[in-house]
Amino acid sequence: MTEVAIVSFAQTDHQRARPEVNEVEMVQPVIHQALEDVGATISDIDFTCSGSSDYLAGQAFSFVMTLDAVGAWPPIAESHVEMDGAWALYEAWLKIQAGHADTALVYGYSKASPGDLPRVLSRGLDPYYQGPLWPDSVAVAGLQARQMLDSAMITEAEMTEIAFRNRESAENNPHAQLRGSAPVEELLAQDYLCNPLRKHDCAPITDGGCAIVLAAGDKARDWVDRPAWLRGIDHRIDSHNFGGRDLTVAPSIAIAAESAGVSPGLDVAEVHAPFSHQEKIVTTGLGLSDSVEVNPSGGALAANPMMAAGLVRLGEVAKRIMSEEIDRGVAHATGGQLLQQNLVAVLEGE
Amino acid sequence: MSEDRPISAFPDGLWTQPQPSVPSGDDTVSGDDTVSEVQRIRTPASFVYDYTPGRAPSRFLRGLAEKKILGEKCPVSGDVYVPSRGMSPVEGLPTTEAVEVGPKATITSFCVVHIGFGENAPPTPFVSALILPDGAAVSLYGTILGIPHGDVRIGLRVEPVWLPHDQLTTSFENITHWEPIDEPDVAAERLKGHM
Repeated sequence: MTEVAIVSFAQTDHQRARPEVNEVEMVQPVIHQALEDVGATISDIDFTCSGSSDYLAGQAFSFVMTLDAVGAWPPIAESHVEMDGAWALYEAWLKIQAGHADTALVYGYSKASPGDLPRVLSRGLDPYYQGPLWPDSVAVAGLQARQMLDSAMITEAEMTEIAFRNRESAENNPHAQLRGSAPVEELLAQDYLCNPLRKHDCAPITDGGCAIVLAAGDKARDWVDRPAWLRGIDHRIDSHNFGGRDLTVAPSIAIAAESAGVSPGLDVAEVHAPFSHQEKIVTTGLGLSDSVEVNPSGGALAANPMMAAGLVRLGEVAKRIMSEEIDRGVAHATGGQLLQQNLVAVLEGE
Repeated sequence: MSEDRPISAFPDGLWTQPQPSVPSGDDTVSGDDTVSEVQRIRTPASFVYDYTPGRAPSRFLRGLAEKKILGEKCPVSGDVYVPSRGMSPVEGLPTTEAVEVGPKATITSFCVVHIGFGENAPPTPFVSALILPDGAAVSLYGTILGIPHGDVRIGLRVEPVWLPHDQLTTSFENITHWEPIDEPDVAAERLKGHM
């Protein structure tokens, strides 16, 4: 296996809406910053891969327009996933493993604000049995939370504590959209948004993006003093059919975690859980011990740029390794609804 | 870094595909003659987006309301892109200066359209063209009228025809079409790189 590391990470200040800019104007500064931070230009990059969604942009082939932010001339080797940028990173990692590239630029972004996000997400459902019923993403997550509550796997207080902890952690994250939280008792006294979910149980709707630079072996060591090495990475999928799944677990997380080499000795876990109860499913699936700090950035509950929030998790772990704050961490990204698709990566310093 | 290599070792070429399954014609699900096969379902879906064009496209659209074609200048090469999304696509850098281009322009490519579609399509046949406004590095798309389509050629000089003043909005539809002007053709080699 070729050693591959994250050597640079930049993200936008995530906000509820960025009506003053289009997607390319929004994401160009972070692409530029990720390259500049390692003294690179696009000519130093062998492969570029992005994650975004036309359903969020409301136009076809929207990712092609965003390539204007990269400087794709002379022509570059480029690809795109209609998924979170974490899967774009996986494709770039494979490209490097295959010997087709030594360096890669990966980015993910979206503006969720132009459309009606919970309904837009319903278009990702099974088009025969679920899609025609238009269940929105919050209602679907509510089914999962209800199953967990009724199975005594979580309590509403626990869910609220998860939301509280994430938003309090986000106090230290200048890029987060929601920083700080009302006390747990106050949150618990609020009305339901979608019983059993209260507003604080749900990720915010966000416009934003992020960019990461990957490099292999000595190239990574050239560019930074302490690369964040990707020691293992894997992604797995649970059933698309809600009725065919026990919604209280996501076995794909545990399989991906084992394959990626998740083991004791982790300092930090950045997990992509857009609803509070889902954090418990993820941390259980990853088999994390209590000593692991979960989501020091505030996670998706503090900022949830669609198609980027998973890639941000990888960046948040890598950033802490590169700055020598931690030695080893795990990042998790999810895609689809109810933790259907899961990517797990273990990152480590030299 | 190694060279690219074939992505498949299949002896019969890169790809194989299964035969498409063809309905038997008896309109029943295979093995069960009591159930009619559903050939198709319709699940209509539509969304309304509050599209926000961004800084540079907003400048372009506001310019159109004043019958101006505004491009955006690359801070490195000086090339003017129109319409622009606010980036120099060659440098990957934000454009910072709006520059008026045209209205006089040159045809860099064209085709004769025999099947029109859309509510506002002119009667067929008509000519669609790529049109390079004076001062711009890239061509705009537009319709050419006011000349027999057999006489349209690369290098032909044209100018925009606008909607009446009281109908102008912040829309590219303000330019109804382009018409020839009485100026000598531009030699095709001078249009290289601007098609």
